[in-house]
Amino acid sequence: MQLVCPAGNLPALTAAIEAGADAVYAGLRDQTNARAFPGLNFSDDELRAGIALAHARGRKVYLALNTYPDSARLAQWFAAVDKAAEFGCDAIIAAEMAVLDYAARTHSALPRHLSVQGSATTAAALRYMHERFGISRAVLPRVLSLQQVERLCENSPVPLEVFAFGSLCIMVEGRCQLSSYVTGASPNRHGVCSPAKFVRWEEHGDGERSVRLNDVLIDRFQAREPAGYPTVCKGRFDVGGDIFHALEEPTSLNTLELLPRLAQAGVVALKIEGRQRGVAYVRSVTQTWREALDRYRAAPGPWALQADWQRSLSAHAEGHQTTLGPYHRSWH
Amino acid sequence: MMKLSLGPLQYFWPRERTLAFYRESMGWPVEIIYLGETVCSKRRELGTRDWIALAEELRASGKQVVLSSLALIEAESELGALKRLIGDGGGWIEANDLSAVQLCRERGIPFVAGPTLNIYNHRALAMLIEDGLRRWVPGVEQGETLLREMQASMHAGGRPMPELEVIAFGRLPLSFSARCFTARALDVAKDHCEFRCIEYPDGMPLATREGKPFLRINGIQVQGEEITDLGPELPALRELGVDVLRLYPQVHAMADVVAHFDLARRSPQAPPRVAARNGYWHGEPGMPLPARNA
Repeated sequence: MQLVCPAGNLPALTAAIEAGADAVYAGLRDQTNARAFPGLNFSDDELRAGIALAHARGRKVYLALNTYPDSARLAQWFAAVDKAAEFGCDAIIAAEMAVLDYAARTHSALPRHLSVQGSATTAAALRYMHERFGISRAVLPRVLSLQQVERLCENSPVPLEVFAFGSLCIMVEGRCQLSSYVTGASPNRHGVCSPAKFVRWEEHGDGERSVRLNDVLIDRFQAREPAGYPTVCKGRFDVGGDIFHALEEPTSLNTLELLPRLAQAGVVALKIEGRQRGVAYVRSVTQTWREALDRYRAAPGPWALQADWQRSLSAHAEGHQTTLGPYHRSWH
Repeated sequence: MMKLSLGPLQYFWPRERTLAFYRESMGWPVEIIYLGETVCSKRRELGTRDWIALAEELRASGKQVVLSSLALIEAESELGALKRLIGDGGGWIEANDLSAVQLCRERGIPFVAGPTLNIYNHRALAMLIEDGLRRWVPGVEQGETLLREMQASMHAGGRPMPELEVIAFGRLPLSFSARCFTARALDVAKDHCEFRCIEYPDGMPLATREGKPFLRINGIQVQGEEITDLGPELPALRELGVDVLRLYPQVHAMADVVAHFDLARRSPQAPPRVAARNGYWHGEPGMPLPARNA
């Protein structure tokens, strides 16, 4: 199984490669990718440098072009596809049909991976993307149980990549308008969820803090209570008089214990989330997964989950807690 | 004149209430009715066979009936039910994910592209027309500007637009998950949910910690709290060439809602607002901003 790691910028790309990523994924500094955050992503020169660095070590670079352009902005996305081909990216990761179609027609030799944003959860949906656009891999949305992933591996027309670790979108990717409902900025169109310019923290006298997204109260925290980034899905709300994380707690996905089953199912790549995270996160999480994967490759039979791996991963998890998420039925 | 449609019932109602609702709808001035379960395959007060039988009944009364597919398909059994809808449904399908598009395409069945299909530009729309798309329901975040762009681009390419259907009334479906939020709120496991969402025929209200109504929990779906109303925009919709106004069923006073829009579509004047402003239509956050709602 290939280890695919996030590269929000050149230092993170370097760290991921040094720590043993088989491939990294990166984005350009515009809205063509789903982590269009200020200060993140690659200029043309940085992307060229990153590709050179990765290729010198025999690793791959995938370019995420996974947002949904409207008609007026298509040319920008097509230019980004051209760039991926010209710079020597090893694949693009795209979700939108016009982008995939353009890539298939214009740069047929450039592999096309279906992004998680493409929301393909069945063999029929994957067949569509394969027949229509010749995708050679698909990244599955984080909604399927382990049994469903195993089953899909048997029936899919293309090899599958799954999310292994990182911040957990609990909604079907590409199908969530919560950020857009509140702020007008959406992951699909603008490559952002809950953009920072809409976030307002308020300090109260007693050490209590509250956080608003475009004036909507997402949560309130007592003094010293850890406070996470205010995405709508991880806020605390009032449902029937109870205040709780009505959609999801601030927690990260961690599937390390499922590694053998994912390998046996035939999953070809494990994706680490977190292009918005720093170099320390990328290096440490990549190292841990590299070691676990190498250990498994060398001796699958005796492979066992190591406590120090889990400790290290938890330290980098949102709210310092992890979950098997949708892979485990009880999460649903 | 624009047609009126009843969008698929997003909530889970008891069988008798559902059947009574649709029998009543036979007498309403709606031309198109979407039937079927789009949110959760565990909701089986009406099964696939019942929906197909109901479709036949409504067709006999003169309605065009489209069978709607699940927005999120995870299990083989759900794909099987979709195949039955397509094979035995006797008409068009509202495709709410790519599985439905592919199965319709493989079988040569025309389909309506539902609002969760993510069609953002004319090239994607044109490809789906090749696949059998006959009518397009834009996604919830797509407003007037995007529709105008789409029309201009289709026109520039010498391609006719498909029929255009716009969500004119109802709570907006904002997101879908593998997790059931109703079960979570009631502290029961999804696999043992006892179909408790049947107790919430308009969804379960979710408010902020300062008590402001915000969202509606509806099984694996999250909706905006506000019922949106594009009535006041009817002159613009007409000018834009919108063919169908979609009204999402709500448990209360649906006959009045239909009567209101029926009157409105016959008048050149914009009708008064009967529910919340839909910010998305104007290129703003979907959530109505208090100052603008007056």
